[in-house]
Amino acid sequence: MSTLTALARAQAFAAARAQPLATVRHLHLHERPMVLIPYAMAGEANAPLAAMLGTDRKNPDLLVVAQPRNRDDRFAFAASLAEAIVPYVDSFTALTEAVAVDRGRDVRYRFTDAPQLWVPNSGGVEFLRLFGRSTRFRSTEGEYAVPAAVPLLGRWLTFFANTAEVPGSSLLLNVVQAMSLHWATGQSSAEDAQLAALMAWIAPPAGVSVFEAAAAAENPALLPPAGPATDPAFDNHVLAPLLSVAEPDIAELTAVLREQLLPTWNLMWQAIDLLRALPVGSRVAGRWDGDRDAYSAFYQHLAEGGAPQPRRDGAVAAAARLSRLENAAARYAVQRAFDDPLVMAEYRLAGAAFEGAVTLAKADRIDDSGKRPVLRPRIMVVTAEPVRMEPGATLTSPARPSQKATIISVTPVLPGDEAKTEVLLELSGGMGRKLVAEPGSVPEVGERLLFTTLSEAYRPGGAFPEPDQTPWTHGGPPVSDSAADDEAGVNGSAELEPAALSGA
Amino acid sequence: MPRVTATPRPRDNSDSALDRFRGANPAKRHNARTIAALTGNPGCSRRAVLDAAGVDKPRLAQQIGFPMGFGQSRFALARGNGFEAMLKADNCALLLSVLRDVLALETDSVAYADLGEDDDATLGARHGRTRELLAAAAGAALVDHPLLTLEVAGRQVFLEPDLIAFQVEGRLHVVEIKSFAIVDGQADSAKVSAAAVQAAVYVLALRRLLTSLGHDPALVSHDVVLVCPRDFSLTPQAVVIDVRKQLATLKRQLTRLASVSDLAASLPDGISFDVALPPAQLIASLHEVEARYAPECLSACELAVFCRHEASGSTAALGRPVRDALGGVNTIQEALELATEARTPTEEQAEAAALLQAAARLRAGIL
Repeated sequence: MSTLTALARAQAFAAARAQPLATVRHLHLHERPMVLIPYAMAGEANAPLAAMLGTDRKNPDLLVVAQPRNRDDRFAFAASLAEAIVPYVDSFTALTEAVAVDRGRDVRYRFTDAPQLWVPNSGGVEFLRLFGRSTRFRSTEGEYAVPAAVPLLGRWLTFFANTAEVPGSSLLLNVVQAMSLHWATGQSSAEDAQLAALMAWIAPPAGVSVFEAAAAAENPALLPPAGPATDPAFDNHVLAPLLSVAEPDIAELTAVLREQLLPTWNLMWQAIDLLRALPVGSRVAGRWDGDRDAYSAFYQHLAEGGAPQPRRDGAVAAAARLSRLENAAARYAVQRAFDDPLVMAEYRLAGAAFEGAVTLAKADRIDDSGKRPVLRPRIMVVTAEPVRMEPGATLTSPARPSQKATIISVTPVLPGDEAKTEVLLELSGGMGRKLVAEPGSVPEVGERLLFTTLSEAYRPGGAFPEPDQTPWTHGGPPVSDSAADDEAGVNGSAELEPAALSGA
Repeated sequence: MPRVTATPRPRDNSDSALDRFRGANPAKRHNARTIAALTGNPGCSRRAVLDAAGVDKPRLAQQIGFPMGFGQSRFALARGNGFEAMLKADNCALLLSVLRDVLALETDSVAYADLGEDDDATLGARHGRTRELLAAAAGAALVDHPLLTLEVAGRQVFLEPDLIAFQVEGRLHVVEIKSFAIVDGQADSAKVSAAAVQAAVYVLALRRLLTSLGHDPALVSHDVVLVCPRDFSLTPQAVVIDVRKQLATLKRQLTRLASVSDLAASLPDGISFDVALPPAQLIASLHEVEARYAPECLSACELAVFCRHEASGSTAALGRPVRDALGGVNTIQEALELATEARTPTEEQAEAAALLQAAARLRAGIL
C-alpha cells in the first residue's frame, strides 16, 4: 500500500465518502457490455445454481439450474448459458480493419470491435474459469454427449478468464477491481471485496450515510451477496426446502433467485455508469486494440477448429505466457502513470519522477564531438521534489513521450528556505531531422514539466525454445503421452498474441 | 512401537477464574480451526481469554448486538459429510485405496479402529483409548475419531483429527479429509493453507502425546495427507503436504501466547462473559480485555464485528498495509493531522510525517 493510497483511505474515512484514486478511467468501457452474475451451489465443485445476464439493464435474463446436483440439469444450464453468451461474443465480427505489421511490409486484419463481459468480483472470474474448464473438453457425441455450444462456451469462457489475468485487458472485467482502481474507501480491502459494501462508500443511497449504507451492505437479508457464493441463511431456509423435492418448482426457484440476484445486477450497472462518467485515459484505446487482436486471433483459432486450451500449459508455453504477462504489467503501470497525474504522483512520492520549472534552455546546442554533428539541446529544471536519480539516467516527459532526456548533473540549491534541486538535462529525439529543433519541440524557460524514469519504450518479448527443445531444467521435451496437450498449449496461448487473420 | 507401562494422566489445570467468566454455561470446545485462528492473531488478549474460558462467542456477539453470519450452508455440510462417509464406508475401503498410493500402506495388514462418536461425555475416555492405542499400536492401522490434547496458552484443549494413519514403518501420518475440489492438480490456495495449518495442529498434538508416552516425537511425520474430491467428481484424490513450515510457525506462536491464566488473574474482579447477563455489563467486561482488531478477524472470529466497531477510527481498522503506510500512527485523525501539519510529529514520526505531508500536497495539487 503506497502512502498516497493509504492517505486517500484515511481521507475517505474522515470525509465519510470514497475518494478518487484516478483522474481518468483506465479501462475501456464498451457501449454494449454484457453483465453476468454467476451463482454457485454451496459445497459443490463449481456447480452452477443460477446466472443473471444480459446487455439490457432493464431486462436481465435469469437462468436457473433445476436441480444443481443433477448432471443433466447442469449441462442443460450450460447449453442455455451458451445460447445467451456465444451469440453476443460472436456479434463483433462484422467489420475488420487492416493493421500494418513487420514495418509496413505486411498487413493483418482484426475486428473493429470485441465483446466485453462484466462479473461482480474476482470470484466471478474464477467461477467462469472453472466452468470453462468443466465444459470445454465435453464431447458432443457418445454416451455423455452435450450440445455443440457447450464445449464452445467452455473455450470462450477459458479465453476470457485467461485475458482477465493480463493487466490492462478489458475483455473480462470485475466490478470490485475496476471500482477499487478508481476510488479509495474508508474501510479495509477485506470489506471492499464485498461489492455492496464498496458501493456503499462510492455511491450510498440518497438520504443514507456511508456508515449506515456499509452496515446495511453487510446484512445478507438486506443486500444478498454478489456471488458466486450464496448466503448460507438463504441456502438453509429458502433453497433447501425448494430443492428437497425430486422435481423442484422452477417458477418459484426462479422467483427467489431473481430476488437474490437483482440487487447485485443494479449495483453493477450503477458502477458502470459511474465509470462511464469519468473521462477516458488517452492510452486506453491502445490497450483495447490489443484486446481486439486477442479476440480476433481466438475467433480465428475457433473458426479453424483449433483444440481446446490444455489443462495445464507445457513448460515453454507457460514461460512464454509469464513473460507476456510481465511485459503487460510493466506497460500497464507506465501507461497509467502517463495518463493520470494522480497515478504519476505515486512515482513522484517515491522519487522516480519529479516536476519542476525550466530555468535555462539552450535549444540550439550542437554536439559535434562525434563523426557527425547532432542536435543536443540542454535545459535546466529546478524542482522542490526529491530527486533520487543519478547522472546518466534517461528520463521521459509525458508531454513529449518521444523525446529522451539524459541527466547531466543533479545539484542541490543551497540558499533559500526550501530544499530545491537543479537538474541539468540533455535532450535527444522528437525534434525533427534537422540541426535546428522544430518549433515547440524543446521546452522553453518558464515551462513546468514532469520527468520520470518510467519509459514507454518497446520491450521485446523473450526468446523461447520450441516445445521439443525444452531444456532439462524444465523437465525436458514433453513425452509423447502429453505431447498433444503441450502442442495445444502453444496453440491455446496464441489467444494473447496478435495473429494473422485472413480478411473476413 | 515399544510399549510403555506408565501412562501419565493428562494434566488437569482447569482454571477457576477462567471458568467463572463463562457463568453457568457449558464450555465451548477448541478445535484445530480455533487454534489456527488463535495463532493467526496471537496478540489479541480478548480472543485468548474468551477462547480459553470456553465462552460461546457467537451467542455473546448476539447478546451484545453485534451478531455475525458465520453460518454454514447445509448443502456444503451435506457434501462434506457425504464425502467423508463415502471414504470411510466399509472400514475405510475407498480411503485405503487412495492412501495406499501416497503412503505405501500394506493392503492386508491395515487395521481400522473407530474410537467412538463425537460426544462431550466421552472426551476423557476417548482420549484414554487414543493414548492406549498409540502406545500399543504396531503395524499399519487407521485410527478414526481419535482425541488428542494440546496445551494452548496454559490450558489443555481437546482436538479431534479426522483420522490418523499408521504406516508400516511405524511412522504416523495425519489424514485430513476436505471437501473442496482439486482441479487439474490445483486447489484454492487459501483452503489448502487453512487445511495445512489445521493438520499441523494435529501433528504437534500427536508429537507431544508421543513424547509424554516416552516415544520419539519424530515418529509423527511432518508429511500430512490431504484427501479431496478430484476435479468435478466425488472421486477422492490424496496429496501429501509438508507442514514443517506451518509447524514452526505454530510452535513459535503457541509459546508467544501469553499465559491466559496470568492474564485472567490480572483482570479486575467482577468481569463476566456469562451470556445471561445484560448487554451493557457484557460490553463493559469486554472493554476490560484488550483486543487487537485487524480486518482478517472478520473471517476468523465471531466477535470481530464488535471489535471492528470499537476500533472504528483507528488505522488498524483499515488493515495492516494501510496502517504501515500511514507511518504506524494509531488513529486516522492523527495521521490526517500529521499530513496537514496540524500536529507536530514526534521524533520517530518525523520521517513518516514528511512523507504524509508530501503525499497530501501532491493529492491536493492534482485534485
